[in-house]
Amino acid sequence: MTKEHGTGYGIYVIVWIALLVLTGATVAVSYANLGLMNVAVALLIASVKASLVALFFMHLKFENKLVWTFALVPIFFLLLVVGGTLSDTLFR
Amino acid sequence: MKDTTADGVALTVSGDAHPRGYLEEKGFWSWVYTLDHKRIGLLYLYTTLFFFLLGGIFALLIRIKLLYPGQQIFSDHMYNVLFTLHGSVMIFLFIIPAIPSGLGNFFIPLLIGARDVAFPRINLASYWVFVAGILVILASLVRPMDTGWTFYTPYSAKTAADVTLLSFGIFLVGMSSILTGLNFLVTIHKLRAPGMTWHRFPLFIWGMYATSIIQVVATPVVGITFLLLAMERLFGVGFFDPAKGGDPVLFQHFFWFYSHPVVYVMILPAMGIISEVIPVFSRKPIFGYRAIAYSSLAIAFIGFLVWGHHMFVSGMSKTANIIFSFLTFFVAVPTAIKVFNWIATMYKGSITFESPMLYALTFIFLFTFGGLTGMFLGALATNVHAHDTYFVVAHFHYTMMGGTMMGLLAGLHYWWPKMTGRMLSEKLARAGWLLTFIGFNVTFLTQFFLGYGGMPRRWAEYPAQFQPLNIVSTAGSWILAAGILIMFVNFIRGLYTGEPAPASPWKGLTLEWQVPSPPPTENFEEIPHITNWPYGYTKRKTDGYE
Repeated sequence: MTKEHGTGYGIYVIVWIALLVLTGATVAVSYANLGLMNVAVALLIASVKASLVALFFMHLKFENKLVWTFALVPIFFLLLVVGGTLSDTLFR
Repeated sequence: MKDTTADGVALTVSGDAHPRGYLEEKGFWSWVYTLDHKRIGLLYLYTTLFFFLLGGIFALLIRIKLLYPGQQIFSDHMYNVLFTLHGSVMIFLFIIPAIPSGLGNFFIPLLIGARDVAFPRINLASYWVFVAGILVILASLVRPMDTGWTFYTPYSAKTAADVTLLSFGIFLVGMSSILTGLNFLVTIHKLRAPGMTWHRFPLFIWGMYATSIIQVVATPVVGITFLLLAMERLFGVGFFDPAKGGDPVLFQHFFWFYSHPVVYVMILPAMGIISEVIPVFSRKPIFGYRAIAYSSLAIAFIGFLVWGHHMFVSGMSKTANIIFSFLTFFVAVPTAIKVFNWIATMYKGSITFESPMLYALTFIFLFTFGGLTGMFLGALATNVHAHDTYFVVAHFHYTMMGGTMMGLLAGLHYWWPKMTGRMLSEKLARAGWLLTFIGFNVTFLTQFFLGYGGMPRRWAEYPAQFQPLNIVSTAGSWILAAGILIMFVNFIRGLYTGEPAPASPWKGLTLEWQVPSPPPTENFEEIPHITNWPYGYTKRKTDGYE
């Protein structure tokens, strides 16, 4: 299942630097008051970071369809729990 | 579904070089460090059955207390503790792990033609994490829980009882459950014998596959919920406290997002067992193989959409009430598909009523009661009337005890010869079954009437007019206990003095029956090549069995 990735260590350093930059972005944004968008922006940055870790550090980018399926299915269930709960809190 | 011959799975039974098979090695450490899925399965089974007996004792004490309407025998606080312990022990230490971790561990590799699970070390770790969880749960008994097994906030955030410790114990038990589920998913995907395609799986495997998905996806949510609760209790973070901007109903959303799907972790493996037992004792190919297989996945999926039906009176929005009530009815469809296919399998079969079949039929009968009364509770209007009454208690016990436990008992009686190499006494098994069946119905059928009449659940005291039916219910619990006692006497007797079991006492065609009883440590001398599905049963007179 694991193929030769053939990317060398360079990509890990680039991803690492990207993660540091994004962490800095989270800190910087926290000083700006965006109202309701505060949470959205923080979650967006966190999602990008998590995706980078999954894709490169955890090798998801190089895996087959089965592994991709198992990685994506829980995201669907996460949307379910959020959506179901919002069907309560948004309509009270 | 054209393949109805048995030759595809025919394997020669290897000689009795090790009559004790995987049980040959003796000694304490050979169990503590074992990586054999069969031994780990047995460890789980013994542990969970012990807690089944313990939870049963709590139940008997609850029923004794309810003989009288006023404050008798136990204090009200003690009563709260008793039903919390009964619920927590039975749910988290018995009914969730018993079939998946016990019978699942033992039989998944055997049924798919593998030598072990994919990660034997993780398998052993999952058992010891489970034991660690049990120890933490027992430690919480110093200041025992009185919140009920559901841990609802705001009470659970404020009570002096050891909520944090108990929920941490359950956190560990949940971790063990995730590890087991993950192990099974990988095992089923990667370790199948050559030719064991998805549509040649025994249906128990389909049930366990659906179960494992739920374990892996849902269990982390309850783990996180308990962490949030611990942070609220220990550090005063206001996740659930409205005064701090939290929401107590949020706890219920998170809790039931796990705890509703987890009832399918309990029932799906039991349904898998029933799908194995019915064709064997009807001597007929299973009817509607693919329908039964896919309905397991459908139940697992729909099970994630209906958690709000536990919360109709919690103050949740009307919109959410309507959505969740509507979605709840969809669960009935795949469940009914299974029941109708089992009945169609039996139609014109040559049915015999050995103990595994008796339990399997009991499952269908009682689970149908449980399922249909679930419709009353899924419908908004009747739910509001019956909410938090004994109607719910009766419904739950008909599905979980009448369903899952009967499925487990069907599995135990069916696979006992394979696991231990010894037969059970059929006479004792039938006596145990009869008393269990009668006792169960006397105990819980009455509770439907009590609940519909308005007797609230979880109240230590109740209006005097409910006393006669409560006496009947308590008497039923004693008959039930007698039945279970006989069953356990049979188990213990079977372990030591039971007749040696042949490789296939029920003439089953699935792979586990093609190896000696008990199976050798490596399961198969040679990994079998599968060319057909395992349900090619033909009627008795023509196949030369009798």
